[in-house]
Amino acid sequence: MSNPTKPQVAFYWCASCGGCEEAVVDLADGVLAVVDAVDIIFWPVALDFKRSDVEARPDGSIAVAFVNGAVRTSEQEEMAHLMRRKAQVLIAFGACSHLGGIPGLANLWDRKTIFRGSYSDPPSVVNPEGTLPQESWQEDGRMTTLPAFRDTVRTLDQVVEVDYYIPGCPPTPKLLMDAVQAILTGALPPRGSVLAPDIALCDQCHLKATKPDRLLLTSFKRPHQVLIDPETCLLAQGLLCLGPATRAGCEALCPSGNMPCSGCFGPTSRVHDVGAKLISAVGSAFDASSPDAIEAVLSTIPDPVGTFYRYSLPASRLRRKVSQAAPAEAAQ
Amino acid sequence: MEEQRVGKANGQEPTIVAFFCTWCTYTAADLAGTSRMKYAPNVRIIRVMCSGRVDPQFVVEAFAQGADGVLIGGCHPGDCHYVEGNYKTLRRIALLKRVLREMGIEDERLRLEWISASEGDKVARVINDMVEAVRRLGRLDLPGKRKGWDAELLHHDGPTEALAAAAASDGR
Repeated sequence: MSNPTKPQVAFYWCASCGGCEEAVVDLADGVLAVVDAVDIIFWPVALDFKRSDVEARPDGSIAVAFVNGAVRTSEQEEMAHLMRRKAQVLIAFGACSHLGGIPGLANLWDRKTIFRGSYSDPPSVVNPEGTLPQESWQEDGRMTTLPAFRDTVRTLDQVVEVDYYIPGCPPTPKLLMDAVQAILTGALPPRGSVLAPDIALCDQCHLKATKPDRLLLTSFKRPHQVLIDPETCLLAQGLLCLGPATRAGCEALCPSGNMPCSGCFGPTSRVHDVGAKLISAVGSAFDASSPDAIEAVLSTIPDPVGTFYRYSLPASRLRRKVSQAAPAEAAQ
Repeated sequence: MEEQRVGKANGQEPTIVAFFCTWCTYTAADLAGTSRMKYAPNVRIIRVMCSGRVDPQFVVEAFAQGADGVLIGGCHPGDCHYVEGNYKTLRRIALLKRVLREMGIEDERLRLEWISASEGDKVARVINDMVEAVRRLGRLDLPGKRKGWDAELLHHDGPTEALAAAAASDGR
C-alpha cells in the first residue's frame, strides 16, 4: 500500500538493454535507504503495477519519474508522455535516454532496412513469405495490435520536456544515490542540468599525469591490437580514448580497467555536437600532412560514426542518416 | 522528376556557407570584389582568423541550420600565418568527410580549398563550381527533413530539441 507521506517515485524502461535497471539493483544495500525514503509506485521490471494504475493517478502526483532508454516505438512515446504528465520531475536516466545511446546507432539505417536485416536477410532466418511485424492483425474476429516501430530513434527530450539527466551506460550507483539525495533534500541544480560534474573525464583519470601536452600519433589502435601499458595515458598509446571530450562522473572506470573511454557520459555543457568535437580533437592528435598520409592514418579508424557517436547519434546536430529519398517523399 | 529537385526549377537556390581565413582566402574574396569579378550570390562568407579555427561543429551546425554546402578556404600548405593551422584543417576535414559520407551527406557538399590572397579569380571559380555541383545534388534542407522525420510522432507539436526549434524558425 502506498504511504502518502513519502515521495512517490516511478521507473520506466524504453529502448535499452536493461543495464540501467541493473544499476538500480546495484545500489545493493543502498537500495534499502532509497526504498525507506521513497515509495516506488511503478517499476515494470520489478513490481507488478500496470499502466492503468499510473493513468488512474492525478497529474503531477508522482514526485520523480526516472525514464531510461531511447524512444523508438509508439508505445515508448506514449509512456514518455504519460510519465511527463504524472511526474513533477522527469529524469532521463542513462545514455540512451540522455543522448540516444547504442540503440541510437540504428539511425544510420531506416525502418525498412532494419526489418530486412532482422526478418529476411540473416542466414539463420527462414522467412520465404517475407513476413514482417504488423501493427495490427485480425484473426478469428479478434484484432491484435503491436506498437508502431518508428523510422528514427529519439532521445527522451526530443519527445517530452526533461528536467534532469543522469548520464552513463549505465549510470554508476553513486550518481544515482547522489541524485536521489539531491531530490530528497531539494538541493537540485538549475532545471535541464546533467547531474554529473561539468569537466572532462581526463580530470578523474589516474593516468592524467602521463598525458603528453602534444600528441603526434601515427596510427590508431584498437584495444585487442596492443598490449596495454596500465601506467600510461591510453591516448598516448594510440588508443582512441574519448576522455578529453567526455563528461566526468564515472571516476574513469574504463581506463582503470585498461579500456579506453568510449564516451557514454556524453559531452560537457560547452559542446553541442560531441562527434564533431571529437573529430576536431582527433584531427589535432595525429601526425600527417599529405592527403595520402592522412588517409593512411584515418584508415586505422574503421568505424568513425560508431566511434565518435557511439552513444549520441540521435542527439547529434544531424540526428540521423539523411534519407536519399526525395524531400517530398520524406515529408510524408 | 529529377529536374524538379535541382536548381531554379522549383525556385530554390542552394545556400553555401563559406568559412574564409582572414590572411589568405578572405583577402582573395576582397580582391575579387574590388576587381569586380562576378560570382554566384549563393555564398554567405564568414571570416575566421584561420581555417584551423573552423571546428567541425561549425560545419555540422551550418548543415543543421539549412546550409546545402560548406566551403572552407585557407592558405596554401606552407603559407599558414599560424604555421600549421591549415594542416590541422586538412586532417579534420578528411575525418569529417568520412563521417558525413556515412550520414548520407555527399562529399561535394563540403569543400576545402587553398586560395592565396592574390587568387581572387580562384575564389570566383571555386564558388561558381561548388554552387553548380551542389545545385546538381539538390537541396539538403535538414530543417525540412527534421520536420519530415518528426511527422511520425503522435504529438507533432510536442517539445523537441531547442536548437531544432531555432533552426525551424530561421524562415526556410
